[in-house]
Amino acid sequence: MEKHPVTKYIEESKNSGLTNVQIVQALADAGWRTHEILEILLNHNFPQESGPVAPSEAIISVSGVSKTYGKVKALDDVTLQVKRGSITALLGPNGAGKTTLVKILTTLLPPTSGTAEVAGFDVARDAQALRGSIGLAGQSASVDPILTGRENLEMVGRLYHLTKKEAKARAGELLKQFELEEAADRSAKTYSGGMRRRLDLAASLIIKPKMLFLDEPTSGLDPRSRFSMWNVIRELVADGTTLLLTTQYLEEADQLADYIFVIDRGQIIAQGTVDELKRQTGGDVLELHLAKHDDAMRAAEIVAPYGDAKPHADPGSGVVTMSTDKGAAILVEVVRRFDAEGLKLSDVLLRRPSLDDVFMKLTGHTAEENN
Amino acid sequence: MASHSSFTTFSDITVMVKRNLLHYKRLPQLIVFTFIQPVMFVLLFAYVFGGAIKNSSTDYIQFLLPGIIVQTVLFGSMMTGVALAQDVAGGMIDRFRSLPMDRSAVLAGRTISEAIRNIFVMVVMVGVGYIIGFRVDHGIINFALGLLLAMLFGFAFSWVSAAIGLAVKNVETAQSAGFVWVFPLAFASSIFVPTATLPKALKIFAEHNPISYTVNVVRALSLGTPVGNNIWYALAWIVGILIIFVPLAVNRYRKIT
Repeated sequence: MEKHPVTKYIEESKNSGLTNVQIVQALADAGWRTHEILEILLNHNFPQESGPVAPSEAIISVSGVSKTYGKVKALDDVTLQVKRGSITALLGPNGAGKTTLVKILTTLLPPTSGTAEVAGFDVARDAQALRGSIGLAGQSASVDPILTGRENLEMVGRLYHLTKKEAKARAGELLKQFELEEAADRSAKTYSGGMRRRLDLAASLIIKPKMLFLDEPTSGLDPRSRFSMWNVIRELVADGTTLLLTTQYLEEADQLADYIFVIDRGQIIAQGTVDELKRQTGGDVLELHLAKHDDAMRAAEIVAPYGDAKPHADPGSGVVTMSTDKGAAILVEVVRRFDAEGLKLSDVLLRRPSLDDVFMKLTGHTAEENN
Repeated sequence: MASHSSFTTFSDITVMVKRNLLHYKRLPQLIVFTFIQPVMFVLLFAYVFGGAIKNSSTDYIQFLLPGIIVQTVLFGSMMTGVALAQDVAGGMIDRFRSLPMDRSAVLAGRTISEAIRNIFVMVVMVGVGYIIGFRVDHGIINFALGLLLAMLFGFAFSWVSAAIGLAVKNVETAQSAGFVWVFPLAFASSIFVPTATLPKALKIFAEHNPISYTVNVVRALSLGTPVGNNIWYALAWIVGILIIFVPLAVNRYRKIT
């Protein structure tokens, strides 16, 4: 069968890196009718957009990577690009495949199929050269608890093949930078959780890597340590390091990342900037707090016709949430209607969706929940 | 920077040996326990069995000490697997594997550190033996050569232990997995009694056991009796074990998940 000319045009445009919006625009200019274009665009399986990264800008390039353990698919055909100089987050629940992907990119695990390149080196063919230009910290790597902070850093420096003198100097710099000077000559096992993470991070920065992987850099830290870790991470990128971090905390991705890949059950299910992802839930979220919690179910019924999706009622807290793109227009109407029905509201708000809402919508479960 | 010369391999191994020896320095209890067990064995076997086996415990200690020395390096080699399993569990192995270091350096560093530790352990054992009547009567050089063979023997078995430790990846399992193969090997051998006294089937096993060959050499060098072919069999076992288990362990290390 001959391909529809529009199909052919779309395929070609996709290959040359045009976005859907640009394609629709160009076809409309050429005289095609919009609904016709959209129908083809939506009903065909065109290769997925890989995000706004030109090949020359990509420091990580993953293509069709899968990893299976027996019958379990830890990663299922993952394709993605990470832009040089960005903070990119892999966001997903425990067991989603985040750590597996980091392990593949840092050569700790071979992929079952597919290819991946980091900083111009293939993970399979140029593994040793790749290892010489990356840093890894977090739950996939560790510090030696018996050695002192200084000894840990000097050891890692020597294993990156710095000279003794260089390793010593660099260890001193990093201990200062990460506020570990006072504890430098104590065994790492005496360190607090936050100090250990900082030492771990310092170890991964010995060679000033082009590409740094942080596997759950703040899991298990108290809020204060987490906050100071975030500041440290932000400063790193200011120094020109590209950063890929995994997290199951939406707030962390929201705080740090320029670009987010949402990963669930081994697949990338969404990607974009924080704003783009938020936009995917459609419009705003209307949040109604009932004075009497028992009224939540009735309130949900009343408000349902005004929204785009089924409202979510939580009788425990008396909160009803619903996404809508009519926003302010319906707000007044809803409040009047509730008044007429005799339902008392303790609070009403119209807010932009949080990443929690996005994750919930994409996966049907919260990010902190296990599969 | 990532190119691999024998110099960087040597440097990587040195760094790893230094790290492992620092552990012994920081955790004196590690050293104390590695010393207590062999010393206890020397004393227990010399005094409990000594009287029953021979007329006087002085004669038996001459026979026993070379055996106990080989047994100690054999038991000590199990520590290699335990320590590596510990490094896997604690995430250190992942750290090392993400670095541009030689793929065999972590394992070579570990087995060499164990060999260095064994030198100290053997010196202490000989000292304790001396106190209870052990004497080197047939040349200190010969005796030292015997100890060197014992050290090589322990080094070879460290690689067996490394392969097991990296396969089980769990400290407790590595510990008990070690005992499964070490105990039968140690007791069905010439460590405690001459193999001539054993029942037939056991005797065949015991006589071809690499431990017996090694013990026979160390003992002959210490007692001034002929070494015979034992030395060739002992060396063949050591080389054979290394040929099989070094690549096996390194391969495990590469592929560990």
